[in-house]
Amino acid sequence: MKRLAKWRLLTIFAIMALVLAGCGEPYLSALKPAGEVAKTQFNLMILATSIMVGVILVVTVIFVIVLIRFRRKDDRIPKQVEGSHKLEIIWTVIPIILLLILAVPTVAATFNFADVSPMEKKNKEGKTDVLVVNVRANLYWWEFEYPNEGIITSQDLVVPTGERVYFNLKSSDVKHSFWIPAVGGKLDNNTENINKFWLEFDPEKSNEAGNLFYGKCAELCGPSHALMDFKVKAVSREEFDKWVKDMQSVKEPEKAQTDLAREGQEIFNKSCIGCHAVTPANTTPEAARQAPNLTNFGERSRIAGVLEHNKEELRNWIKDPEAYKPGNKMTGTYGQLTDHQIDALAEYLMNLKVQD
Amino acid sequence: MSTYAQKRGFGAVLWDYLTTVDHKKIAILYLIAGGFFFLLGGLEALFIRIQLAVPNNDFVNAGLFNEIMTMHGTTMIFLAAMPLVFAFINAIMPLQIGARDVAFPFINALGFWLFLFGGLFLNLSWFLGGAPDAGWTSYASLSLASEGHGIDFYTLGLQISGFGTLMGGINFLVTIINMRAPGMTYMRMPLFTWASFVASALILFAFPPLTIGIFLLMFDRLFGSNFFDSAAGGNSIIYEHFFWIFGHPEVYILILPAFGIFSEVISTFSRKRLFGYSSMVFALVLIGFLGFMVWAHHMFTTGMGPIANAIFAVATMAIAVPTGIKIFNWLFTMWGGSIKFTTPMLWAVGFIPSFVMGGVTGVMLASAAADYQYHDTYFVVAHFHYVIVGGVVFGLFAGAHFYWPKMFGKMLNEFLGKITFVLFFTGFHLTFFVQHFLGLMGMPRRVFTFLPGQGLDTGNFISTIGALLMAAAVIVLLLNIVISSVKKQKVGNDPWEDGRTLEWAIPSPPPFYNFKQLPLVRGLDAYWLEKMEGKKGMVPAEPLGDIHMPNSSFVPFMISLGLFIAAFGAMYRADYSWGLPVFIIGLAVTFGSMAFRSIKDDHGFHIHKEDLIDDNKKGVKA
Repeated sequence: MKRLAKWRLLTIFAIMALVLAGCGEPYLSALKPAGEVAKTQFNLMILATSIMVGVILVVTVIFVIVLIRFRRKDDRIPKQVEGSHKLEIIWTVIPIILLLILAVPTVAATFNFADVSPMEKKNKEGKTDVLVVNVRANLYWWEFEYPNEGIITSQDLVVPTGERVYFNLKSSDVKHSFWIPAVGGKLDNNTENINKFWLEFDPEKSNEAGNLFYGKCAELCGPSHALMDFKVKAVSREEFDKWVKDMQSVKEPEKAQTDLAREGQEIFNKSCIGCHAVTPANTTPEAARQAPNLTNFGERSRIAGVLEHNKEELRNWIKDPEAYKPGNKMTGTYGQLTDHQIDALAEYLMNLKVQD
Repeated sequence: MSTYAQKRGFGAVLWDYLTTVDHKKIAILYLIAGGFFFLLGGLEALFIRIQLAVPNNDFVNAGLFNEIMTMHGTTMIFLAAMPLVFAFINAIMPLQIGARDVAFPFINALGFWLFLFGGLFLNLSWFLGGAPDAGWTSYASLSLASEGHGIDFYTLGLQISGFGTLMGGINFLVTIINMRAPGMTYMRMPLFTWASFVASALILFAFPPLTIGIFLLMFDRLFGSNFFDSAAGGNSIIYEHFFWIFGHPEVYILILPAFGIFSEVISTFSRKRLFGYSSMVFALVLIGFLGFMVWAHHMFTTGMGPIANAIFAVATMAIAVPTGIKIFNWLFTMWGGSIKFTTPMLWAVGFIPSFVMGGVTGVMLASAAADYQYHDTYFVVAHFHYVIVGGVVFGLFAGAHFYWPKMFGKMLNEFLGKITFVLFFTGFHLTFFVQHFLGLMGMPRRVFTFLPGQGLDTGNFISTIGALLMAAAVIVLLLNIVISSVKKQKVGNDPWEDGRTLEWAIPSPPPFYNFKQLPLVRGLDAYWLEKMEGKKGMVPAEPLGDIHMPNSSFVPFMISLGLFIAAFGAMYRADYSWGLPVFIIGLAVTFGSMAFRSIKDDHGFHIHKEDLIDDNKKGVKA
């Protein structure tokens, strides 16, 4: 009997896992975990769901029996039962046991996810041995700073797979929340403190997801909250190191190659560079970094986080950002540009690349 | 003294309701106002679902969506669910304990008018430059950044209506403690009365933190303080704590009375006393108590650290135990019973599986480490709609059908009632079940749109269809109400024939003094006991005598109106020169009315014995 019960639980477990795993896209869904954190959370989810489905089954069985057997057939008055201590103890104790089964792994995982001790340890150079990323959330865009490497990028987070990446989260305006569903649960970007946690990106699952995960803002932050997406390029350690080197090698703003691009660069230097940097060094203070860093703009996966990455959309975006991201801070900061000027800008920006 | 039965003009009826202090009439006022706001909030819900039916929809724009979404939540919680719960507590609780009215009839009326003026103020924001747009939680960093006066409507409106709620809660507590009929001990009180008692105690402790939170928020926005502005040394996380110290008990304030209604309905239509009455009471109290220990589970991702998260996770799980006790007690109340599937019973029966679903996802959410995935996604949206709609709204529908004959003396149509149930039940599950999966598949909550190509299209479309079904159900219910009010047929004392508690021992609707003679309560389910012994009604506990009743008063309306006016003044003080005078005038009206009330003695009046005997002889209203 006991073994039977155990098998039944296992079966529910397996079925739940199958049903849930069938859901969503591999680059977005928390049901397709692609890293240690998401995997642990998925397992907790399955454990909780299995227990709960068990509870629902018991309730349903009693419920159905009651509804069928005890319908009113005649005018008799049923026996007025006061209660049953035995039954009441059963349905008090069993839930407590079930909750304990869930509580133990919950507490363990909660502490595990909060273990950021490696990012506190500094070596002789004053750096950490692990990869740290400072995530600064702003109204509808994300900045990713790599303090050890001394570089900054925006909108597309680049991380190596197969190791724990540690994050410092903060916000520069209102509260946001940093969430990469397929890789792990979220943590808030508060305005008053820095929140820390870690994530791990699984190499195989990253491949399945096309090495590009979707990230979201999960805390209501204004009109364009729904559009405050970012992307995560999860690549092998070698590729990551190469990317870092390529980024670090950009000391001066890249010179434009074609005539049109050169014209674009001039416009950029006149109207845009006050907010948008095109060098990756993290030497300017945060407050001066008022808009996404565009050093490797040409290699990004989306424009403004949500639009297809092509010149056409870039032109549309520069022409009228308000139409695509209501309430953004870019609208109206650079005056009216002619179509030709916008063409030139787009040409220049799309050629901002650091990798060959 | 049977003036209430005479035909009167519309003006007289209106004046009667504007000045009434009778708990039954105040209940009807709450029902009408709460029902109106429920329709408003429902309309907002429909707009939300239409906007999200397909990806990249432009039915409403982003800013307007945030206003609609904020007002949907705020309206449904504060202006629909709370007053509707208050409607039933007002209508039924005094009858259940054998009282002639609540302890403070004047304050009861004041509570209603404060709520109504607060709610109107909040909703006037739609016509005066835009509604609040920072979510019903109105977290400080965003609400401080919000432009225009939307958030000011929120802080001022909720303060006014919150006063009303707090007064209501205190009033109910005092009533239940002091006004029980002879023999009605605590452990003989009907479960609905117990639920009202615990919910009122929760109101007493939960509303002050909310008031403080939004009071400080108001000061930050209108009077230049910096409580929550982190750039100026404030801290917005404190606002989150304030809000949820209120916010979590709030859901129990709503659900416990619904539990009470279900307990009455299930026991009545199973013809059985409640299984495990004392453990039901114990569970209610325990849920109420634990309800204050778990607020931070709404903030697992705020970054409180693993110790706080673990403690609040385990505390939250603990709430599942008393809730489970209640579910099983209901099941075993029906077990061995003789179940009649009336409309209220259908709602109660439909509630059990729906609420269990919401309860188990609650336990899943309690698991802090996993909650990092669920938090602020559609999974949470699905969860709280399962408990609030599947629990509270089902409870209110059950209560409406169950108590309608007692409140109005007419039955609602059973056939239409069942159609309402089927449509709503189907629509509800269609709307919200799929949202669990949408959340897990990566859809954050409070998004005004979603992009195609993320696997979210089908789920959202299904959800919208479900919402339309629920809307259809509400229309059928409205139709039912209209048809029933046109009908002439009156019902007797005990229209469901299986009534167990005191309210079914008196006429429907009850005379304005409720009980001619206070009844003697000889046990749990007092009226049922007498019926089983072959008696027609309750044994009186006192000889027929004069009854002391309170006078009607227009003062509650004036006090509330004053605050309503003052709120406009406070809000526009900085924008227009007339702001400050209006603020002062408003406060003058309020305090003037209060002074008038304090200075002028009002001793009420007596119904004389002879008139009561007269009533008896005519015998038409029984």
